[in-house]
Amino acid sequence: MNFSTPDGTVQAVKGIDLDIRAGETLAVVGESGSGKSQTMMGIMGLLAGNGTVSGSAKYRGQELVGLPPKALNAVRGAKITMIFQEPMTSLDPLYTIGRQVAEPIVHHRGGSFKQARQRVLELLELVGIPDPARRIDSYPHELSGGQRQRVMIAMALANEPDILIADEPTTALDVTIQAQILDLLRSLQARFGMAIVLITHDLGIVKHFANHVAVMRRGEVVETGTTAEIFEAPKAEYTRMLLDAEPSGRKPSPPDNAPIMLEGKNVTVDYALGGGLFSGKSGTFRAIDDVTLRLKQGQTIGIVGESGSGKSTLGRALLRLVPSGGHYRFERTDISGFDRSAMRPLRKQLQLVFQDPYGSLSPRQTVGEIVTEGLYVHEPQLSRADRDKRAIEALKEVGLDPASRNRYPHEFSGGQRQRIAIARAIILKPKIVILDEPTSALDRSVQGQVIDLLRDLQKAHGLSYIFISHDLSVVKAMSDYVIVMKDGKIVEEGETDAIFDAPKAIYTQTLMGAAFTA
Amino acid sequence: MTDIATPAAPLPENSNPEMQGRSLFQLALIRFRRNRAAMAGCIVLVLIALFSFAGPHFVSHTYDQVFPSYVTIPPSLEPRPDASSLQGVMESIASRARVDLKEFAVEGETFTVTFTSDEPIDPRATRYVDRANEFGDTKVVATDDDGRTLKMTGTVDREYFPFGTDGNGRDLLVRVMLGGQISIAVGVLASLVSLGIGVLYGATSGYIGGRVDNVMMRLIEILYSLPFVFLVVVLVVFFGRSFILIFLVIGAVEWLDMARIVRGQTLALKRREFIGAAQALGLTDWQIIRRHIIPNTIGPVIVFVTVVVPKVILLESFLSFLGLGVQAPLTSWGALISEGANNIQSAPWLLIFPAIFFVLTLFSLNFAGDGLRDALDPKDR
Repeated sequence: MNFSTPDGTVQAVKGIDLDIRAGETLAVVGESGSGKSQTMMGIMGLLAGNGTVSGSAKYRGQELVGLPPKALNAVRGAKITMIFQEPMTSLDPLYTIGRQVAEPIVHHRGGSFKQARQRVLELLELVGIPDPARRIDSYPHELSGGQRQRVMIAMALANEPDILIADEPTTALDVTIQAQILDLLRSLQARFGMAIVLITHDLGIVKHFANHVAVMRRGEVVETGTTAEIFEAPKAEYTRMLLDAEPSGRKPSPPDNAPIMLEGKNVTVDYALGGGLFSGKSGTFRAIDDVTLRLKQGQTIGIVGESGSGKSTLGRALLRLVPSGGHYRFERTDISGFDRSAMRPLRKQLQLVFQDPYGSLSPRQTVGEIVTEGLYVHEPQLSRADRDKRAIEALKEVGLDPASRNRYPHEFSGGQRQRIAIARAIILKPKIVILDEPTSALDRSVQGQVIDLLRDLQKAHGLSYIFISHDLSVVKAMSDYVIVMKDGKIVEEGETDAIFDAPKAIYTQTLMGAAFTA
Repeated sequence: MTDIATPAAPLPENSNPEMQGRSLFQLALIRFRRNRAAMAGCIVLVLIALFSFAGPHFVSHTYDQVFPSYVTIPPSLEPRPDASSLQGVMESIASRARVDLKEFAVEGETFTVTFTSDEPIDPRATRYVDRANEFGDTKVVATDDDGRTLKMTGTVDREYFPFGTDGNGRDLLVRVMLGGQISIAVGVLASLVSLGIGVLYGATSGYIGGRVDNVMMRLIEILYSLPFVFLVVVLVVFFGRSFILIFLVIGAVEWLDMARIVRGQTLALKRREFIGAAQALGLTDWQIIRRHIIPNTIGPVIVFVTVVVPKVILLESFLSFLGLGVQAPLTSWGALISEGANNIQSAPWLLIFPAIFFVLTLFSLNFAGDGLRDALDPKDR
């Protein structure tokens, strides 16, 4: 499979062989960019305009590669169906879910949408949508992420396919929902006897879900085998590396007498809802409800919770980036009433690293400009040469080649970009860094490197971290104190070991259970 | 472990210690160069600009020079006056001087003529020749037959009008060049005016948001609702007609679209994390707008400018058509076309030549604009 680009042709997938039998689950594992999604897209004829496929893909003896779109349509959507990663965007917001689920039925079997309705109701019932008779007329935005993914599965099942291709079906979902969706897929497979091709980078899912595993790297299959073989006796070095990439280690607590660096007392954040020019009535939504937090020097507080639990908002509230109520103290200064310009001098010491290394770097600045941007604000007296020197130091510190500072962010991989973002934060020599899911968008092996880097920096500079994540294993490795949040409130908090070994709150227990069985 | 500081694969300049990255803009340029239609459009634009701005230096006529002898003559590559009409002029000179014309020849800028008569001819007969508009510097070069045959040479005043002349006897070639200068200048300057105001206004409004955004956008809607021609007439009445006013007026109308586009872009950019990162670094609003928002809106803005330039040229010709644009003897393509349209039956070349240049320019701008859009936004294809 090739892609033609202005720099010549890129071979995304280099001659791989995969086969799958009825009723079994094949997991295709690999890091981002290894070509696992592109392989399936190629078989389904869904490649981007500059892509070409060569080779052969046979479904029950029928050649799929090079089939005209019309003939291909008879197979895809009916016999081979697909679930995508992003349930938020793979449903059309303009149609009710009932209509969207009926679409493949009407298209492949004929009949009207009315006739298909009964079948749609059955399907929605099957995938566990509560109250399907009412939900069938809902629009996608009225459903939660997990429910949307269930609708996608219902669509995929509509014509009783032989093969279901699930492309990272749970990556965008919270751990508790992830477990539910996987259970659903498993029970459906047992019931219909279809084959599932599961594309994922999460080895935890693979271990509990798949019969066969194919490990891909840079467009090639590194290793194939049954799940047991792969996990117990991996042959390829790369597979071993992937398996070992699970973050490990513990962080010791700081001494009890360590000074408190940042304190937020009774933090509340409200968002205004609605309230346009003429709609009159407007309500508020309480994103953070009465949260108190103390960060000591050298400490790492891990904040865990599902999406929407307010953990990112809490981080921003502590940095005074969103309007919020409560009392705040940084070192000995009370910063509760500080506005933007009063906060500006303090920003040097309070830094933030974002989740998405693709979105957090301005695409039109060079790495050198990005990294030195803070100096431009906080140390304007520095000359260009001085700034350059500081940039070189910072890039060296995060393990990047300083010569790369004249290049642009799009030329770097995700892990390298996250290093750039970290360099931008530490060049100011801050005291506190808030890390907002700094590793979520990265592959496991890269995650480990970034975590090591963050630990080293903490040791070298005596930094205090607030580490926001939904990934429990990373939090366990990084932090010495954990706060579990749900719906803007603290459910449970305590020393890391205490929380992980003996969670008290029921919610914490479900969270742990879902994370480690999946 | 693929992720250590070694740069990612698609980097050819690995060996170079001071690696120079390819910016998004450079990548766009590479894509643009591959687009044949767009490149052709650019070349045509450059040629037209050269023709308009450098052309007048190679032509001896000026744009306001009137040739009373050549009013509304059709285009021709032959010099004017042509040989037969010169022959006629010379014959009438001969009859006035009461001599016979024996031989007459024109070669380029010089002529030779041979007069004969029954009696010796006074050499002062050159004055008869000089008196005609067409000839000058006449000298006697030879006398034969005891002065009864007189050979003279002199220069002919011959003019080239490859595009013909207009109703006032002005060279259309030079006037098309001048029109090009003014149309291109108005197009570019007015677009720059609208670019400057629109980008600043839109970025500010979008970035600050809230009430400020509301007020600023309502102001734009109010300005939108004013009829353009009415606005122009009012401004012309107040400030009098001037060249600067034209592009100010057009720019002042065109920036409204630009501001809306930039505002939309800004609203999307504002939610990106790098803006959040800039806020966390403590940049002021103005610094964020200048350093992050504006550079990132540049793609759609450049594309929009290529649409605005032809639009502005058209608007200017519309104003000239109404008589509110540039005033004679200055001219623009729009004014030339409107003049040509009045004489379409008697002198079609007055319409055809400026129209060809105008259409070529608009086409090239559109092709170049299409190419730019594809190059700057490869996802759109």
